This record gives sequence, C-alpha cells and structure tokens, in this order.
Amino acid sequence: MTPARFQPGDRVKVMKADVPGHLRTPWYIRGHEGEVERICGFFANPEELAFNRHGLPKRALYRVRFAQKKVWPDYAGPAGDTIDVEIYEHWLERA
Amino acid sequence: MRSHHDMGGETAGKVEPTEHDYAPWEKRVDALMVLLSDRERSLMRVDELRKNIEAIGPDAYDKMTYYERWITSITSTLLQRGVISSDELAKKIADVERREKAGLL
Amino acid sequence: MSTHHHHDHDHDHHDHAHPTQPDIDGPLTYHQKLEIAIRELMIEKGILSADEVRRTVEAMDARSPAGGAKVVARAWNDPAYKQLLMSDPSKALNQVGVEVGLYKLVVVENTDKVHNLVVCTLCSCYPRAVLGLPPDWYKSRAYRSRAVREPRQVMAEFGLEVPDDTTVRVHDSTADMRYLVLPKRPKGTEGWSEEKLAAIVTRDTMIGVAEARAS
Repeated sequence: MTPARFQPGDRVKVMKADVPGHLRTPWYIRGHEGEVERICGFFANPEELAFNRHGLPKRALYRVRFAQKKVWPDYAGPAGDTIDVEIYEHWLERA
Repeated sequence: MRSHHDMGGETAGKVEPTEHDYAPWEKRVDALMVLLSDRERSLMRVDELRKNIEAIGPDAYDKMTYYERWITSITSTLLQRGVISSDELAKKIADVERREKAGLL
Repeated sequence: MSTHHHHDHDHDHHDHAHPTQPDIDGPLTYHQKLEIAIRELMIEKGILSADEVRRTVEAMDARSPAGGAKVVARAWNDPAYKQLLMSDPSKALNQVGVEVGLYKLVVVENTDKVHNLVVCTLCSCYPRAVLGLPPDWYKSRAYRSRAVREPRQVMAEFGLEVPDDTTVRVHDSTADMRYLVLPKRPKGTEGWSEEKLAAIVTRDTMIGVAEARAS
C-alpha cells in the first residue's frame, strides 16, 4: 500500500487519458479539476483486476467533488451544484 | 474514444420509471456471479464481469437485458479463465436444446 | 421482497405497469439456455451446487429497501445513531441487524440546503445490501446518461422539484463505494415510532429521486 498523496481539500486534476482497457474513470470527468472530498480507502487497481492480475500495491481511492457548471458548460442548475466521482490516485495530479 | 458503456452526460430520452420482478433465471444468473466470485471459489472478479460486459458490441449491449449481459459476460470470463472449454459449452447448450424440445426442462 | 418493492414505488405516485417475466413461459431464450448450461457445467465440475444457488437466491430475496428504511427511521429518531450512521455505516448497520455487504457504504444526508442523488454511469453499482436489487430504470441508458448532467430535470421527471436554493449533489458510484441517501424527515412525523417512520422511507427516497412524505 502506498500512502495517500492527496488530502481532503486538495485541488486535483483528472488526467485526460484515452487508453484502452477497463477503466473506472468516466470519460466525462477526464481533464476536469475538483477538490478531494475524502479518502475512501485503499484498493487494488481494477484496471489490473479486470485482467485477472492482482492489482497490487493497493492505491488510494478518492471521492473528488466537481462543480457542475465547470463540468458541463450548459449546466442548467445553480452554480453550487456538484458532482462527486470516485477516482483512483493514478488518475489524479495536483491542480 | 469514449466507450459505449461510459455514458455519463450523453443525450438520452426521458427516464421511464420501469421495473419488473426479477425472473428466477435472472436471479440465478446473479447467484452464479455471487458464488463464482466469492472468496472460496474466486473464479472471477466483478472487474472481469464489467470488462466482459463492456466488450459486448454497442448494438448487442443496447438490445440485451441486464442479466443477458451478465450471463454473456460470465460465460466469456469462464472461457478466458479456462474454467470451461468452448467445446464443452457447445455440447452442453445442444443438450439443453435437446431436452427443451423433448419437454424435459 | 417484490411485494414490498412495489408498494415502495407506489408511494412515489408513479402510475405504471409492473410487467412480470415468467421464468419458463414459451420457448427458452438463448440467454436462458446459456444460464442453464453454465449452471449445469459448474455443478458437474463440482464448483458449486444447486443448493448453493438456491440459498444465494434466497439471501438475495431477503435483501430489500426495508433494510435501508430501518436504518433511516432509526437515524431520524435517534441523533446518536444518526451520527454513527454518518461516521461508521458498517457499525450502524450491524447494530440494527442489517447486513453490511461487500462494499463500503457512504451515507449522504439530505437537508434543507442539500439534496443528494445517486447514479452509476459506468454500470449499475447500487447499495444492494440495504436496498436489494436495483429497479430497471436505475440501470437504464436514460438515467445513467442524464442523472449526472441534468439531475434536476431527471428528478422532475420523477415528480421531485428541488428548489434553486438547495444544492444538488450527484454521486457517481464509479468504484468501491456504495451510496445511501438519508432522506429528510418530513414535517408532521413528530413522535412517530420507528416502524411507522420506516413505512414512509421508500426505495426512491434512498436513491434520491423522491422525498419522504408523511402521508
């Protein structure tokens, strides 16, 4: 297990990667900036588990909060609305 | 490229509040997954289930019901893992069809 | 389970048909044959038994929104329990005899200022331990596509208008967490017993597409 690189409140940016395989980072959130809401825990990498590999070491999984208006330029609701997405550490960089 | 299953934010119609009582065969598909992926058996992982659902072509993905996708994916995983062979699967399906015709199911 | 399931939904004032899918009614579909084939092969190989399949289905039938409703009602009536539910959901579920399940549960609370909505855009992750199997609409292309981008419109289609001064938080369960919405306790339920409260906590209120109502 590698220690968590980010803490709640940290600004992070989701990598804008387009790679094959089994990915749990939704397309719509790639490239967007948000704030770490919490560290959910440490988990094996699903991108490896999907191919019957062990996916170790476990890595931090974060719940990251994004402003809807930033994610969807045409978002119809108020500016305060948010979307939370769980993202594994290797998809995040410091914003 | 966005994958077909990765649909967050795509344009789609009204959400129809549909539901149905799951049929016994659907629940058995679910049970197969639960058992095959438990600690004791560990013959597949939920990640493999998802990966092989994602591998279903877009047209088929949209036409299939939820548990049709599951049983398709479970079968793919068991083939990939070498738990079953395509020959024995083909024979077994032929056997099921024969018994159905004979009214034995 | 199904009976409860349906009554739940009826509370949400959706008038729609509940089609049933008889198991073997007419010729088997290809996928039904495939299920039989795989199950029989697994049994023949000694990997699992017919009895295990039956017991697993029974366990599945035992899980329903009643589990979640019990937890919510307790939290409404007992501030200390609510605190535990928010900070350590597994422990809170254990305390009332509700199965924790395989995944870590995150409880998100609806208040006058915040309304939470749960979706899984990539597949159909759902807090099965506390809500049972998901309804079809939760797994539909329309819900999975639109709940993240137009949550207010989607909720409106369910008959729920969230005022603009209430923040909408959507939760896309993409990985190892499962989300349970703790709905707002409706006015007019003061002094109600846990049992009476649990009866108004529908499945849809715990997904976030409905609000609990006193009647």
